[in-house]
Amino acid sequence: MPSYIRKEPRMRQPKSKVLLRLGTYLMRHKGMVFTALMLTIASNLLALVGPTLSGYAIDAIEPGKGAVIFEQVFYYCFLMAVFYAASSALSYILSALMIYLSQKIVYQMRKEVFEKLADMPVNYFDTHQTGDILSRISYDIDTVNASLSNDLLQICTSVITVVGSFIMMVRLSPPLVTIFFVTVPASILFTRYRTKKVRPLFHKRSEKLGELNGFTEEIISGHKTTKAYHQEATMQSRFDQKNEEAVTAFYNADYYGSITGPSVNFINNISLSLVSVFGALLYLYSKISLGDISSFVLYSRKFSGPINEAANILSELQSACSAADRVFQLLDEPSEKADAPDAIVLDHVRGDVKMENIRFGYTPDKIIIPDLNMIAPAGSTVAIVGHTGAGKTTLINLLMRFYDPQGGVISVDGHDIQHVTRKSLRLSYAMVLQDTWLFNGTIFDNIAYGKPGATMEEVTAAAKAAKIDSYIRKLPDGYQTYLSEDGVNISQGQKQLLTIARAMLLDAKMLILDEATSNVDTRTEIQIQAAMQELMKGKTCFIIAHRLSTIQHADNILVVDGGNIVEQGTHAQLMAKGGYYANLYQSQFH
Amino acid sequence: MRMLFSYLRPYVWKMTGGMTIKFIGAIMDLLIPWCLAYIIDNVIPTRSIGLIFLWGGIMLFCSVAAWLTNVMANRIAGWVSKCTVENIRHDLFHKISGLSCAQVDGFSIPSLISRITSDSYNIHSMVGMMQRLGIRAPILLIGGIVVTLTLEPVLALLLVATLPFLAVILVVVSRKGVPLYTSLQKGVDRMVQVVRENIIGIRVIKALSKTDYEKNRFDEVNQDVVGREKKAGLTMAVTNPSVNLILNLGLTLIILVGAYRVNAGVSQAGKIIAFMSYFTIILNAMLSVNRMFVMYSKGSASAGRISQVLDTLEDLQVKEGEQDDREEHVAFRHVSFSYSGTEETLSDISFSLKKGETLGIIGATGSGKTAIINLLMRLYEADSGKIFIDGREVSSIPPEELHTKFGIVFQHDVLFADTVAENISFGRDIPPERLEEAARDAQALEFINELPGRFDYELAIKGSNLSGGQKQRLLIARALAGKPEILVLDDSSSALDYKTDSQLRQAIREHYAGTTTIIIAQRISSILHADHILVLEDGKEIGYGAHEELLEECENYREISESQMGGGNVA
Repeated sequence: MPSYIRKEPRMRQPKSKVLLRLGTYLMRHKGMVFTALMLTIASNLLALVGPTLSGYAIDAIEPGKGAVIFEQVFYYCFLMAVFYAASSALSYILSALMIYLSQKIVYQMRKEVFEKLADMPVNYFDTHQTGDILSRISYDIDTVNASLSNDLLQICTSVITVVGSFIMMVRLSPPLVTIFFVTVPASILFTRYRTKKVRPLFHKRSEKLGELNGFTEEIISGHKTTKAYHQEATMQSRFDQKNEEAVTAFYNADYYGSITGPSVNFINNISLSLVSVFGALLYLYSKISLGDISSFVLYSRKFSGPINEAANILSELQSACSAADRVFQLLDEPSEKADAPDAIVLDHVRGDVKMENIRFGYTPDKIIIPDLNMIAPAGSTVAIVGHTGAGKTTLINLLMRFYDPQGGVISVDGHDIQHVTRKSLRLSYAMVLQDTWLFNGTIFDNIAYGKPGATMEEVTAAAKAAKIDSYIRKLPDGYQTYLSEDGVNISQGQKQLLTIARAMLLDAKMLILDEATSNVDTRTEIQIQAAMQELMKGKTCFIIAHRLSTIQHADNILVVDGGNIVEQGTHAQLMAKGGYYANLYQSQFH
Repeated sequence: MRMLFSYLRPYVWKMTGGMTIKFIGAIMDLLIPWCLAYIIDNVIPTRSIGLIFLWGGIMLFCSVAAWLTNVMANRIAGWVSKCTVENIRHDLFHKISGLSCAQVDGFSIPSLISRITSDSYNIHSMVGMMQRLGIRAPILLIGGIVVTLTLEPVLALLLVATLPFLAVILVVVSRKGVPLYTSLQKGVDRMVQVVRENIIGIRVIKALSKTDYEKNRFDEVNQDVVGREKKAGLTMAVTNPSVNLILNLGLTLIILVGAYRVNAGVSQAGKIIAFMSYFTIILNAMLSVNRMFVMYSKGSASAGRISQVLDTLEDLQVKEGEQDDREEHVAFRHVSFSYSGTEETLSDISFSLKKGETLGIIGATGSGKTAIINLLMRLYEADSGKIFIDGREVSSIPPEELHTKFGIVFQHDVLFADTVAENISFGRDIPPERLEEAARDAQALEFINELPGRFDYELAIKGSNLSGGQKQRLLIARALAGKPEILVLDDSSSALDYKTDSQLRQAIREHYAGTTTIIIAQRISSILHADHILVLEDGKEIGYGAHEELLEECENYREISESQMGGGNVA
């Protein structure tokens, strides 16, 4: 299947599969995982010993006035102090270890996601929302991270605590353990009730918050428009509705969620009451010592805690799984098709471009170019004109291999570009796109972006050619001025000039201008046109523009309508023909 | 924080009720271990099974009561925080709607968005948690200490002695932690920014084969974030083990001292056992207090950011203004303006339009074309000079009256994720026939008819399922739909081809004859038929007149015209 066809979104994978795959990340750090497990067991066992020791100490105190066995009290207290200190130390080391481990994994995942993104075909970005991609690399990975570092430990701790406490309690007094035949099923029932009831509510809560977010972003970005149409009140009432929905969803989740804490407590308290009564009865019949009751009470608290927490951990795991699944989904998207094994590296490009019988559609069922033929000899200028949405950018997508055609051959200097490495093909073009793209960095870095190791002289020369040098020099930091996202410090037209300078610096034999000049106003355009002519000299140029003045000098004009090339020829030829192009040209003065 | 209290005030009684209930619940929790001590020390010696069951029953009762009261109190807390946050968000949104564009620029749009969203979530969690734990944790802490004091004053004092140590740890760690988390947040922001840049610039990056470079760039920020997170995590991880350690050591000390006291006959073993239970309660309460510390510092930072917006005074009040009797619809007289206060964006601009006339504005990027519109609509205030509409100064016209006179398309205007019809009517009460008419005039009807569902077609976010030209035509339909007195098109036909552009101008001429029109354009063909053309350079008027006049008088204009129209072949 060709890479440009968007696969049906992969089905959500079963939880077990996702967990297994998460497990493989852990397994890359076997040593750390093993140490963490050992530490967990050790620190929990140490903590478990505490109550027993205190029980012994109390037994030694129990004889009462004048009969306390001090040696034993000292002995056990000393042991307690040692064990608690060791347990705390271990638990800190453990937390630190888990932080290191989870950060290693998070780093790895982010790296994989980013490198995947970098290798993805352009199509992916055309069909996915930026916000959604961003939330995968930040929010989703964070969720996995939180779950890895907390839940994993929590599960280990819980298992050890439950099993350990249970063993201890059985040792202390088997009859008392029967109490848990009441409380454990109660906990399980409660957990199931809670998961069933609460999970969809929490799901709805994040959904509604997401909607509120989206709406806010939309409306605040359109602040000026709302004001100009005096629709503040309308927008307020819509916002209020979204707000109401969001807080209500929040409250509903809270309403049921608020049962958890008290319920955990309740089950604890019930156990404690039952232990007290039956413990007292057993004590009356001398089946248990006072110290044992004390230890039992402490163990019973430890025992029921994790069982009730299980409800929480389960729901956290659930959300971690769905986050991980979203991340894996992205990782499983097909990458840009690899270069053909026999792909050659284009060098010493002359710039003969040919398109033969090209057939293309963004989706295979909707072909927008049925059969296109075009020849652009080295050094010629091809202008592409037509209505907005008529398919002009499509040609650029094909030339640069952002998309591959379903049929036909595109060749550069006689080489089929399917058998040329993408890197060398793309580097043989200089490109100025409609959307100016500058990144957070200095002006120098932005211009030199396409040519690593460019010198200051080269950069200045390019800036001069793009008529932006004098503007840059007027800035307080000159070429070292830092451009930032919300940088109000630079206008749209100047941004455009910077990207032109970037293209000028490239030593490419072919040039693509995609409506590049539409953001530069006419005055500036006049200034750069001369420079453009200079840049275009000796290059094969593909220009997309609405302005007929820019393309009158073209060697070949492609007139595009409905994805088809309807006419081809020079300005004079096409005018003489009196067809679509002539019509288009005349309409500007009507 | 004061802002938050004023929002909580209406719910004071509800909260007092909730807290009272919570208080009862906390007392119940405290009673249970006390019962245990009582059973062991006082009931068992009587060897009365009946009494044991009675006290067991009391414990059960306390458990049920604690459960009921806590659930109730939590729900009240949830309700109060829901209402509080709903009100805060409402007011915040309302305030932002009322801010002038200059004020919005001052805060920046992303920052305002994050205040409505993430900051208000922080407040929500904080208000909820403070109500839930704010009473419970201190009560359990203080109550636990009080009960232990009545049980065994000397041992209880030992417990109290550990508290200062805990307080010191909590304060020191959270002081260190908050700045670390702030710096972590900055790192995350930076990382997201790099990814965003890559997504937006994907074509450029691929075209220049900079994929490896970008991978390295990301790797740097990724490592940076991981480093900051480790640092913050390692600091915060200190609290739990050390709180545990201190309390547990306190416990050991209590047993030790308890042993002496029992030996001396001033205490009983049962009390020490009860101490153990209180101990767990106190330990958990301490951990809750710790969580509250973290929540509080997060929440108070957010509350600060929100009240910063709420406390902003709306500028641009309606003022008394001059009347002017000249027969003009729109007039600028010697207007000067500066966005920044330092560099002049516009200086000494004057023009006037009669009803139904058209003004074309042309000039270089940054020459102040859009600023003229911003001033005319009083989105910004002029520094000097006067602006009139129908002889009234714009600063004296109430905004609802002023703004409803206009139909406008801004440069890079916004479409919403809603239906086509809703995007055109934009909340105004406009009948469907009128929407269709406006769409036809804007040359949009043709493509709308091809959309599935026509006017009910749902646009994607930012209208990304439409082409650039389609978006512009929809925006123009929005501007025309209200039959405005004044129509403003700010560079809003740049993505239209010449033919559509000329059809649009024709439709406006024919169907909106009484409408005064201002067109900002970069193409001469869009404005050459205007009654007046204003040529701007660096905020100064360098030409004003009709097309033919300017061709003669204005060198600059002639240059533009020649370059665009291939010189003199105007039909």
